[in-house]
Amino acid sequence: MSLLLAVTRRDLLLARRRRVEALLPLGFFVVAAGLFPIGVGPEPQTLRQIAPGVVWVCALLAAMLSVTQMFASDHQDGTLEQMLLTPQPLVTIVLGKVLAHWLSSGVPLVLASPLIGVLFGLGAQAIGILALTLLLGTPVLSLLGAVGAALTLGLRSGAALVFLIVLPLTIPALIFGTGAVVAVDGGQSAQAHLSLLGALLIVTVLGAPWATAAALRISLD
Amino acid sequence: MNDRSAPIRWTQLAAPSRFYGFAGGVIPWAWAVSLVLAAAGLYVGFFVAPTDFQQGESYRIIFIHVPAAWMSMLIYLVMAFWAAWGWMLNARMASMYARALAPTGAMFTFIALWTGALWGKPTWGTWWVWDARLTSEFILLMLYLGYIALTEAIDDPRRAANAGALLALVGAVNIPIIYFSVRWWNTLHQGSTISMTAAPKMAHTMLTAMLLMTFSFWAYSFAVAFTRARAIVLEQESDTEWVKALRR
Repeated sequence: MSLLLAVTRRDLLLARRRRVEALLPLGFFVVAAGLFPIGVGPEPQTLRQIAPGVVWVCALLAAMLSVTQMFASDHQDGTLEQMLLTPQPLVTIVLGKVLAHWLSSGVPLVLASPLIGVLFGLGAQAIGILALTLLLGTPVLSLLGAVGAALTLGLRSGAALVFLIVLPLTIPALIFGTGAVVAVDGGQSAQAHLSLLGALLIVTVLGAPWATAAALRISLD
Repeated sequence: MNDRSAPIRWTQLAAPSRFYGFAGGVIPWAWAVSLVLAAAGLYVGFFVAPTDFQQGESYRIIFIHVPAAWMSMLIYLVMAFWAAWGWMLNARMASMYARALAPTGAMFTFIALWTGALWGKPTWGTWWVWDARLTSEFILLMLYLGYIALTEAIDDPRRAANAGALLALVGAVNIPIIYFSVRWWNTLHQGSTISMTAAPKMAHTMLTAMLLMTFSFWAYSFAVAFTRARAIVLEQESDTEWVKALRR
């Protein structure tokens, strides 16, 4: 547990020292979501309909954009190899790094999502659910993104590859996340979607860190 | 090891040189079986099977569509199996075979989507609907492309094989979702007509044609995957004695 917190604290400290870099995903998220009304047109009804999907897709892309940084700099200066050599469990280190990634780039998205919701004319309740689904969903993105980042470590086209190999895996999160908001917007209960999203989060937490650890061992073999 | 006249036991096929010789012998037969079965299946499907009373003649595309969809899922599982086998037991031939299967699987996935669209237009009135099954098949195509892209992007063959294996295993979680998606999400796509437990609801000739086509596709997959695996073997073993001997 202390190892996990130590790794998280270290990565958060590094993120805080490069504040602008750490906030890039948030900037991308806001800019990308802001382009949709300009591209689609300003009709409030249309915007309201596409809002959950737009916010979720932009969150997916923003997460994939930043996830390659999770191991890249540690890989470059050799820290990652030292981490693999320590007797400490690699899974815990991975979890710590994922937690730091989520706190530094996932949570800002959750906090910014109500703002986007207002821009797209969502109701108060739908905005609340949207933020809630992102709160449950962004950890899934960080966890799955970690697998992709570890698999593509040090490759020339790594950043683009992460998009291709991780985005298909995030589709269930996208379906349930947007489904919850659409259900609430249509006057139904979001319970089922939120439960499935929660189940997805649990399954991913149980599986993805091991896959990431294995991928790191493969990549640094 | 280079004595290719000795009888072959299947465990010896883990040696690339033995596999190379064995696959070279199998490929013409697989092609022959595939072509004969395809001719028979297409004949039964297009000339013997009765016209469907609801869908008319357009239903006949299922003789290609359904076997292709089955193959797309089966090949992914087989690919993930051999990739995992190669990763866990450090068996290079298994990894090479997994890589050889991927493009064939992607092609069958594409054929299933394409023929599905051709069938959907006259039957549903639209080329494409975003229902659960179609979407899952589409995701399967993305998984294949991701696997191919990842294994091609890594130069070191060992790392490429193992990274691909991990990705294939993670993606294999998707296969049950495809299969059960019809029950999970209650949508446009009709339920599957063939089940293992109940008697088939379709005419026997239709089932015969579909099975013939499935086995034809199966033989085709063997032929193509073996051909590709032989090429991969030659590429990765290019500095061994037996490959140099082949060149002479």
